[in-house]
Amino acid sequence: MQNSSDNKLWLTVLGWTVALMIFFPIFWMALTSFKTEVEAVSTPSLLFAPTLENYAQVFERSDYLKFAWNSIYVSFGSTLLALAFAIPAAYSMAFFPSKRTPGTLLWMLSTKMMPPVGVLIPIYLLFRDMGLLDTATGLMIIYTLMNLPIVIWMLYTYFKDVPIEILEAGRVDGVTPVQELFMLLIPLAIPGIASTGLLSVILSWNEAFWSLNLTSSQGAPLTAFIASYSAPQGLFWAKLSAASLMAIAPILVVGWMSQKQLVSGLTFGAVK
Amino acid sequence: MKLQSLIVSAAATLLSTAAVTQAATTVTIGTVNNGDMIVMQKLSARFEAENPDIDLNWVVLEENVLRQRLTTDIATGSGQFDVVTIGTYEVPIWGGKDWLVPLEGLPGDYDLDDVLQSIRDGLSHEGKLYALPFYAESSMTFYNSSLLEKAGLSMPDQPTWDQVKVMASKIHDPGNGVYGICLRGKPGWGENMALVSTMVNTFGGRWFDENWKPELDSPEWQQAVGLYIELQQKYGPPGASSNGFNENQALFSSGKCGIWIDATSAAGGLYNRSESQVADNVGFAQAPVAVTSHGNHWLWSWALAIPKTSDAKAAAQKFMTWATSKSYIEMVGASEGWASVPPGTRKSTYANPKYKAAAPFAPAVLEAIQTADPTKPSVQPVPYTGVQYVGIPEFQSIGTQVGQTIAGALAGQMTVKQALKSVQSSVSRTMRRAGYPKK
Repeated sequence: MQNSSDNKLWLTVLGWTVALMIFFPIFWMALTSFKTEVEAVSTPSLLFAPTLENYAQVFERSDYLKFAWNSIYVSFGSTLLALAFAIPAAYSMAFFPSKRTPGTLLWMLSTKMMPPVGVLIPIYLLFRDMGLLDTATGLMIIYTLMNLPIVIWMLYTYFKDVPIEILEAGRVDGVTPVQELFMLLIPLAIPGIASTGLLSVILSWNEAFWSLNLTSSQGAPLTAFIASYSAPQGLFWAKLSAASLMAIAPILVVGWMSQKQLVSGLTFGAVK
Repeated sequence: MKLQSLIVSAAATLLSTAAVTQAATTVTIGTVNNGDMIVMQKLSARFEAENPDIDLNWVVLEENVLRQRLTTDIATGSGQFDVVTIGTYEVPIWGGKDWLVPLEGLPGDYDLDDVLQSIRDGLSHEGKLYALPFYAESSMTFYNSSLLEKAGLSMPDQPTWDQVKVMASKIHDPGNGVYGICLRGKPGWGENMALVSTMVNTFGGRWFDENWKPELDSPEWQQAVGLYIELQQKYGPPGASSNGFNENQALFSSGKCGIWIDATSAAGGLYNRSESQVADNVGFAQAPVAVTSHGNHWLWSWALAIPKTSDAKAAAQKFMTWATSKSYIEMVGASEGWASVPPGTRKSTYANPKYKAAAPFAPAVLEAIQTADPTKPSVQPVPYTGVQYVGIPEFQSIGTQVGQTIAGALAGQMTVKQALKSVQSSVSRTMRRAGYPKK
């Protein structure tokens, strides 16, 4: 009994330590965003007179709302698009597998193993010829393609955990495959679909390589907004922190609000 | 009658469409994030007010990201940018590749002769000017005069590296958070290699001989890199191999660094009380010399150029001439203060009494810029131009590769001799593969 309570205490301490270590950079960034540039580079201190000057300057210099709108449009748009393709694909592979299904799944995942820079030039040229450079729609297409393998894999895993008996009962009652998908499977797998969608939104929101290479101003999301405050020559740490906090704030709120759904989705089917 | 009114209305529509198209000439400017560019972005509203037919669209990126972005854009002919911010390294190479529009027919009041000759030369290729300088810099020695006084030292106007070493050793007091010297340690062709190249130059060394054979394991390189690492390891701050301009500026501005050798463009910030805690104790001298003054201080300029792929060349040139003009410098002086004007480009700036009063470092900066000669970076003959870089496309990769190895030696992973032997071999291989010597 004593041992179990000791273990619980140690696990709690460990959990809090890890959580604080993960949270500390975000806390420090938030703190730095309220300092002057001199304070930001001076000896680290928790005592200072907070200022909103950095936020004012960031708002004055950049069109934050345009960048934020592009991020929302691209992240949610690409997630919806990826789910629209991935749900039928995962349904088909989970419940009507062929002998090539395992190979197909592995092949899809293997596309994630190639460094994106390897295909930068061909994609850049395609985008140029299709008039998609510096457009949010172009970026949405790329993010859909980028996240599709992971989304299919996750959904495939979730769908496999849905009891087949329920679907079979539906078939006995005469449901068509489309009805089975929309009226039985999707409602049963909602937590899994939600957590997959949320992961896809987060991955798209934080993606920087494609956004920096394919967009410049009209279609640029918040990652490009942050990049515009980074400089190897010149002190912009406080402004960079303010811009970073403004960039992560929306996704932080979304993550916070949906953490219950996310946790239940990630543990979906773990215990039968 | 009906046909007539149809023709009239069609003509009116065409005319108004043409007018709208003209009104909507958008100039997309790709630029770097630094203090001078931010001021330009802020004041550009005045340019738009004076030129209602031109809209400016800003793309601000970190310089390495911008460089990669611009190179991809121009090399693939995508035409995303109408004005690009590039440096003295890129301009001659891109001009030679026919990627940039040669700048001819500049307005008479632009006064091109007022632009410093060394800067104009750095932005030209085969006698043609391809970019207009927005600001320019060399390198110099900054020191904390109160720390030097406390140690009973004084800095000569032209120090030697031996003197710098002695002073750094006497100021160094890590127990009290004061370090003798701060030098760039972060690897990169524009980071640690900018300083290391000037040290090699002043020790009499060179990157390549006349036949493009690398000389990275020569005695001059051994001496220069040996001293660089000794200074950093003995008298530098901890973790020096990850310190770049910003980190060293932060250390110096907060009084933790005795001597800092870096870009002249740092001077304005160091004298600015809102950015620096040592504004009253900043001293400056020329960059140190060893055996020769050839190439002991660098030359760099951020300049504006028009890619050949731009579809708004006339509007782009109009903006560039505005942003690099004498009247723009006057405008910055009036609105932001004279210490904040873009330095290093025009003789008239250095003749202006208001600037001289606001920037005590101005004569030393002018001297550094005027005496930097990219055509003679070494006392030995060289086949390239560039003081702190070698003006060939392969240099970005070579410089960064050498910079990483030297940073490794600084972090104690290998000796100077091992590091230089290794880079001599890898650079020789790279040059051979790139087809040097070119026939």
